[in-house]
Amino acid sequence: MNFLRKVAAVAWKDLQAEWRTREVFSAMFVFALLILIIFNFALELRAENARVLVPGILWVAFTFAGMLGLNRSFIQEKDRGSLEGLLLCPVDRSAIYLGKMLANWALMALVAVFILPVSFVLFNLSFGALPMIVVVTALGTLGFAGVGTLFSAMAVNTRAREVMLPLLLFPVAVPLIISAVKLTAGIMDGLAGAELARWWQLLVGFDAIFFTLSFVTFDYAIEE
Amino acid sequence: MIQVRGLTKAFGPKKVLRGIDLDVGQGEFLTLVGPNGAGKTTLLRILATLSRATGGDALIGGVSVAEHPAQVRRSIGLVSHRTLLYDDLTAVENLQFYGRMYDVPNLNARIEEVLRQVNLYYRRHDAVRTYSRGMQQRLSIARAILHDPQVMLMDEPYTGLDVQATAMLRAVLQELAASGRTVIMTTHDLELGLEVADRVAILSGGRIGFQGPAKGMDVHEFRRIYAEQVAG
Repeated sequence: MNFLRKVAAVAWKDLQAEWRTREVFSAMFVFALLILIIFNFALELRAENARVLVPGILWVAFTFAGMLGLNRSFIQEKDRGSLEGLLLCPVDRSAIYLGKMLANWALMALVAVFILPVSFVLFNLSFGALPMIVVVTALGTLGFAGVGTLFSAMAVNTRAREVMLPLLLFPVAVPLIISAVKLTAGIMDGLAGAELARWWQLLVGFDAIFFTLSFVTFDYAIEE
Repeated sequence: MIQVRGLTKAFGPKKVLRGIDLDVGQGEFLTLVGPNGAGKTTLLRILATLSRATGGDALIGGVSVAEHPAQVRRSIGLVSHRTLLYDDLTAVENLQFYGRMYDVPNLNARIEEVLRQVNLYYRRHDAVRTYSRGMQQRLSIARAILHDPQVMLMDEPYTGLDVQATAMLRAVLQELAASGRTVIMTTHDLELGLEVADRVAILSGGRIGFQGPAKGMDVHEFRRIYAEQVAG
């Protein structure tokens, strides 16, 4: 219970600070919205090709916007000097990881809450598929925030830190992004659960494996 | 309270600490002075468990900083020239966060106590970014003493402060010294360092070149010793 209280304290602190400025959320939301609008006009989406292209567009929006948030997660702490205060706390470093990861996930999820309905309206999609796409989005963004928080902590001590994070994260997150795109497309096409089973397995497996790895290795990633 | 034995630290080929031996007793206030690059901050960072030594070890309250860093963290408070605070949060919110991380009992009462101690209670609900540099540094001290640590590590706490803020911080430091805590403070200001300390040490070239009692030491004499040590 004590461990979870520490996790909650870190997550709450991050969200409280973000609520004051809304800097990161605003940037993430506007960026994701711009991606939807640009692709909508660039690809001249019509009902017949929308279902093929929209899953990819959605996940480009989620992951690129998520990258903005993940990049700021540790850079803000490092730049204002509060990272040392955080590392001085007599807590298991994995509590810091979990707290930061939950805050990052919350921001990505909040962006998705606004972006999903907008995209359904913009691309004229059936809202019947929305509940299952919400589940895929929740799992996909969880995995992305999970591994992204670890790499964000690693990148913060490098020189080209803002460039380093996408270079580290996207190659590793490829299985996650592919499975999330395939599941989103399959759900929009009305495919049965059995036909999508292997993509569900890949998505959940990625979340479980990389969450565990990140949890265990964070202590070393954040070391000077 | 603090024992440092044969402590070395190298960043690649560059040796910053070349075998530090240092003892600081319970309730003692040690001022550590030295030129830029002497290794003062590196030494404090190792004691604060923020950096690992290349060789040797340091014990705080008998506990090794290398082997049991989490246990050591509970007994130390760090004040540096950076405040370690969150600018967008208020003083109370900052202290609530750190209080939860340190499991401070009766947290709200303790927050009120430390804010009154550093004379910031009247600004407790203002965001830290609206504070002057001196006020931020005082809040940083409140943060560092919130969990009532036995050992205070202060890395150039006067950096960037004007005369008035320096005087206020000096008063807070004198209170700290009187509270029976063990304090190690690094500074460039020999006079200020001498004034609040029980003992002074000069770190130069990665080694402690001089240490002696601060009480009764003339500042001019101390300046002369310092110049000799730095030149030598």
